Amino acid sequence: MKMSSWGRLSAEEHRVLTLSRDRLNAISSSQKPGLAYGMGRSYGDVCLNPGNTLWDTHQLDHFIEFDAKTGMLSCEAGVLLGEIQKIMIPRGWMLPVSPGTQFVTLGGAIANDIHGKNHHRFGSFGDHVFSLSLLRTDGQIIECSLDKNSNWFSATIGGVGLTGLITQACIQLRPVSGPWFQSESIAYSSLKDFFQLADDSERDWEYTVSWVDCYSKHKGRGIFVRGNQSDHDSPYVFPKKLHVPFTPPISLINRFSLPLFNALYYHRLAKKRGLEFIDYEPFLYPLDNILEWNRIYGTHGFFQYQCVIPRAQGLESITEMLNQISASTEGSFLSVLKTFGQRDALGMISFPKPGVTLALDFPNKGSSTLKLLTRLDSIVQAAQGRIYLAKDTRMSKALFMQGYPRLGEFLKYKDPGISSALSRRLMETE
Amino acid sequence: MKMQSKTRTVIVSATSCIAQECARLWVIEKDAELILVGRDRSRTESVAQDLRVRAPQASIEVMETNFEDPQAIQTLADTIASTGKIDRVLIAQGILPQQADCQQDLNISYNTLMIDAVSPALFAEAFVGHLQKNNHGTLALLGSVAGDRARKSMYTYGSAKALLEHFARGLQHRCAHSKVKVVLIKPGPTNTPMTTHLEIKGIKFASANRVAKDIVSAMNRGKLVVYTPKIWFAIMTIIRIIPSFIFNKMNL
Ligand SMILES: Cc1cc2nc3c(=O)[nH]c(=O)nc-3n(C[C@H](O)[C@H](O)[C@H](O)COP(=O)(O)OP(=O)(O)OC[C@H]3O[C@@H](n4cnc5c(N)ncnc54)[C@H](O)[C@@H]3O)c2cc1C
Ligand SMILES: NC(=O)c1ccc[n+]([C@@H]2O[C@H](COP(=O)([O-])OP(=O)(O)OC[C@H]3O[C@@H](n4cnc5c(N)ncnc54)[C@H](OP(=O)(O)O)[C@@H]3O)[C@@H](O)[C@H]2O)c1
Repeated sequence: MKMSSWGRLSAEEHRVLTLSRDRLNAISSSQKPGLAYGMGRSYGDVCLNPGNTLWDTHQLDHFIEFDAKTGMLSCEAGVLLGEIQKIMIPRGWMLPVSPGTQFVTLGGAIANDIHGKNHHRFGSFGDHVFSLSLLRTDGQIIECSLDKNSNWFSATIGGVGLTGLITQACIQLRPVSGPWFQSESIAYSSLKDFFQLADDSERDWEYTVSWVDCYSKHKGRGIFVRGNQSDHDSPYVFPKKLHVPFTPPISLINRFSLPLFNALYYHRLAKKRGLEFIDYEPFLYPLDNILEWNRIYGTHGFFQYQCVIPRAQGLESITEMLNQISASTEGSFLSVLKTFGQRDALGMISFPKPGVTLALDFPNKGSSTLKLLTRLDSIVQAAQGRIYLAKDTRMSKALFMQGYPRLGEFLKYKDPGISSALSRRLMETE
Repeated sequence: MKMQSKTRTVIVSATSCIAQECARLWVIEKDAELILVGRDRSRTESVAQDLRVRAPQASIEVMETNFEDPQAIQTLADTIASTGKIDRVLIAQGILPQQADCQQDLNISYNTLMIDAVSPALFAEAFVGHLQKNNHGTLALLGSVAGDRARKSMYTYGSAKALLEHFARGLQHRCAHSKVKVVLIKPGPTNTPMTTHLEIKGIKFASANRVAKDIVSAMNRGKLVVYTPKIWFAIMTIIRIIPSFIFNKMNL
């Protein structure tokens, strides 16, 4: 079956094996190396394994146990984060960390050690995993947590699926008073102002994020959004979900539409300036309201590029990156800038670390796009930053090794029966 | 004063993927009571566990029985009926072996006819009797589009499903003058453990959740026959009218 990730840059043949709870041992019987596949919401090739097997986890979608006193939830790895939110929020519990879409699996959230808008307060997903069960392709089951098999635990959190199949996990939810957030949007006109706003907001606001304009005339301006859980109470009417019904032959995000989209987006957000109450779905998952929005980039797909830069080099490096982008004919529309908190992630090869993270997306125009990304790479490399594996398809081995210094330690825990396009590209020695 | 009672739903073969999706919809209804019937208690119990997390206030019971034993089936239905009025029954067991295996091994043929036709028909017979006594309740059987027209690659399974269709229509006739409803569901290819070994070119499998929504709504409305997703009604209408001399030359 032809399989793609969210960036739709490739669609190659895979053997897809749907796992069910009674047939987990199927992962041992394969001749070719396999890889867990959740919702394929990663943008790059971290969830792909061309020519080999993918273990589709969507039928591992059972809840196992919930303790309403402590907020500890055990479930199988294919359960969707959105399903957890939908069931638990009315009961006063919420996922402490959640990415920008709720259509991801628990296993995928652990394997990429995903982060949310509240990283400065809550860290990344792995910080809230109490324990997990790992099934290796040799049939061994390893129960791990901070206290038990802790090396396996920190190899598997952020371990991009390479240490084994996560079959189930126990996570700690956080108590909340309801589904509401209070959110405030503030327009800023320069990156300096962004950093100032971020610093001023981190103490009193749990969630902070910003959208930054990469279009040359206005680059560096943006909208800063901050929010807190709120005990506001009133019924919320959900807008109807939109759907991109087909893939246009060319990207709708292009040189001509970008300035317009950026201006529209800026002014739309700027108009909302000030405080508002907002339900968790539009607040945490604004893009989920447009189903299959990744199709707007056309048949060639798009690149996501996300890096983290240490804070000391932050302003300079991000400025330089925006300069590079606006000097090129590539444009990024969904450009997100956010500061990470002062904590290192638990996982040996987790992405988040103290600093500032910039996420960009570029329609795939072939070599001109790749050239720009290589220029961005050198800025990241010079600043001792790293690139997020969940989004990558193309970074160099050198940048990978520099960005992930614990790689050597991690590789001891890799399952020899597992591979991914990413592991073959970056972790194999010729 | 009339006592407000729970809505009692019996799910036979509750470990089926499609049945579980139905259960997830029913369990969050107000005053839900689910009776999950399986052939293996511990596996049925883990389905119950999932539902209990989803809806701690619902009452959920697990029962084990032998799906091939008429006496056991009758006893099970009698036991459930003796503890209260039944509102809904869903019967979902099924297996889909390779046709070639059915041809080579009569035991596999036998099991297919047993699990896809005889066993669900017996459950239906046993429960409809109780629904009729109360002149109340809806029973649904899971047929299949494969039961609409026999073809070389699936005729053992297909003919078993065709038997279920006749059986359901017979029950509908029998219950026509009562408040008991019998619903026949005919899903198209659906993404469940039963179909993981199939890959049919050009056909998109429906999600079990989508099919379950249609089942729940068809049962609420007491429809006689429901194709899900709906497009299968059109497809099967065409396939049924293709003359045999053409159909038999097609590679289906
Ligand atoms: C709109 C959108 C917004 C996003 N926002 C954010 C964000 O704010 N922050 C962020 O961090 N990420 C974000 N992402 C990325 C996304 O959260 C991650 O890529 C996530 O890991 C995807 O989960 P998935 O279930 O789709 O897993 P997949 O993409 O299918 O797989 C991801 C990795 O997890 C592994 N894996 C999956 N299941 C298992 C398992 N059971 N056992 C072992 N390994 C497993 C796979 O092998 C693969 O390496 C966003 C993505 C989208 C589309
Ligand atoms: N999936 C489709 O494409 C599709 C299409 C049309 C119709 N259907 C019908 O829908 C129904 C549900 O199927 P599904 O897709 O949900 O399949 P499923 O998840 O594979 O469930 C099959 C069910 O049948 C039970 N079963 C299997 N062998 C049995 C046996 N020997 N004795 C007793 N019970 C047995 C299983 O019980 P255990 O868990 O104990 O094994 C399980 O509950 C079936 O009747 C199927 O024919 C499915």
